[in-house]
Amino acid sequence: MPETIPEGSIGLVKSSTFHFDQPLALACGETLEAYELVYETYGELNSARDNAVLVCHALSGTHHLAGYYSLEDRKPGWWENLVGPGKVIDTNRFYVVGVNNLGGCHGSTGPKSINPETNKPYGPAFPIVTVADWVESQSRLAQKLGIDQWAAVIGGSLGGMQVLQWSIDYPDRLRHAIVIAASSKLTAQNIAFNEVARQAIRTDPAFHDGHYYEYDTIPERGLRIARMLGHLTYLSDDIMAEKFGRDLRQESINFDYGIEFQVESYLRYQADSFVGTFDANTYLLMTKALDYFDPAASSGGNLSAVLAQATADFFVLSFTSDWRFSPQRSHEIIRALHDNDLNVSYAEIKSHHGHDAFLLPLPQYLSVLGAYMERIASECKK
Amino acid sequence: MSLSRSDFQVISDWITPNSSVLDLGCGNGELLSELSNSLGVSGYGIEIDDKNISQCIKAGINVIQRDLDLGLSDFDEDSFDFVILSMTLQASNYPHRLLSEMLRVGTEGIVTFPNFGNISSRIQLGFGGRMPITRTLPLEWYNTTNIHLCTLKDFEELCEKLDIEILERRAVSHSNKTGPGLKLFPNLFGEIALYRFRSKAIDSN
Repeated sequence: MPETIPEGSIGLVKSSTFHFDQPLALACGETLEAYELVYETYGELNSARDNAVLVCHALSGTHHLAGYYSLEDRKPGWWENLVGPGKVIDTNRFYVVGVNNLGGCHGSTGPKSINPETNKPYGPAFPIVTVADWVESQSRLAQKLGIDQWAAVIGGSLGGMQVLQWSIDYPDRLRHAIVIAASSKLTAQNIAFNEVARQAIRTDPAFHDGHYYEYDTIPERGLRIARMLGHLTYLSDDIMAEKFGRDLRQESINFDYGIEFQVESYLRYQADSFVGTFDANTYLLMTKALDYFDPAASSGGNLSAVLAQATADFFVLSFTSDWRFSPQRSHEIIRALHDNDLNVSYAEIKSHHGHDAFLLPLPQYLSVLGAYMERIASECKK
Repeated sequence: MSLSRSDFQVISDWITPNSSVLDLGCGNGELLSELSNSLGVSGYGIEIDDKNISQCIKAGINVIQRDLDLGLSDFDEDSFDFVILSMTLQASNYPHRLLSEMLRVGTEGIVTFPNFGNISSRIQLGFGGRMPITRTLPLEWYNTTNIHLCTLKDFEELCEKLDIEILERRAVSHSNKTGPGLKLFPNLFGEIALYRFRSKAIDSN
């Protein structure tokens, strides 16, 4: 808990909710008749309404990008390192919007929400939404907020996939697309990791085929394993060696199955802090959205062809030790972009933090992203 | 127009307005910025150094962070009108492969490099018996990034081997001065060599 708000933080923030009555036809064929999106905004929309920046979140992210809800709040928003006054995504210059995606568990309509048809939580009946569905719902939020065109849409990981989708589906509604540690489609290895996570949840006896709310329980064990597996794939071998090595919690090994190595303790801590805040059905749904994402599929796998619709200027970033969304995946994206003669820059940040690097204040990352955001800010009217 | 490097002036004279350009080892983006502002050129720079990447992004040019020694496989054939390699050939691991790659992705290539056949280098090595340190090669042998130094003659011989047709050649001094000595004995007096070239295969079509 911060006694006082740390310097450079946006400070105390509040989230808001919009209710949408316009039915949303989803990629899976189902329709959401009505839904809610919870969002946060930081900074001021200028009179030309051309300084709005949308930040799309990743698997476990939320609409809460930065700041604190109260002085008792233990942690700030997930991208506090980058979003705030004078920071890389400068809330003194940009009107920054974070939104919790449909199917989420932090306020937007999702599996935890009450299904008006049954007056019970949707649970597994909540349709599997896709990245394209999210972009459609975000575009409706933009309309409600009076934003005809984003100065930039930014996202890391699954968030970067939403940025790509935005550039394809609504080319004239964003000027810059910033795609960080992302991919135009998951590899088989990546889908496999997601499937192991899903199996961990779905085979937990407390899962009850997704109806665990009715049993007043949660598939805690499955969710914990899913999170531990996910989390360790977001790190690199090097950073784990540096952070934990083979350090023991006690002086010697005990020849039992308790927590002995520091890395075991760390993984359990990660799992502990996750189960209290994240819904298992949302985890399943988000991993499916990741697996299904493949905008080039409609063009026979030709990413260049599908990105021919894009008009935004792109900035693509990757991190050297990220093996879940490796630099190679970003190379594929930039290749498709310069096939279309689009403006694109690419930075490959040296880091041993693995995939999680996109959340961290690494100097070169802040330098290049800051330079790019500066360029966007200078194009906005005062 | 004031460009900080003497070879940039000649390069911009060679580039056709509104053409597409790939600048390999584009540094801080100065040349691409200038070509884009004065000639309406579009294209990309490739650069490996972190600081230069930040500078390029500040300058608003398209820059791709990449090691040139990994080749240009991300670019399709004939994607650019010009592929520029300024003062970088001598620092690459495989100059011969890079030259071929340049003409795979572009119609014409432009290369500039420090001429190791320059009189000052010859004197320092021939009479002094030591590796030369000159205005274009300011570093010691042990800390220089210039690992594949060559002379004009060497370069032209390699072009012949690679079926490359030289369209234009210049040799200039460090301060971009040119004179009768440079014209008559470019390999002796030239400090920087500049070439514009294309693949001979084009003729046979």
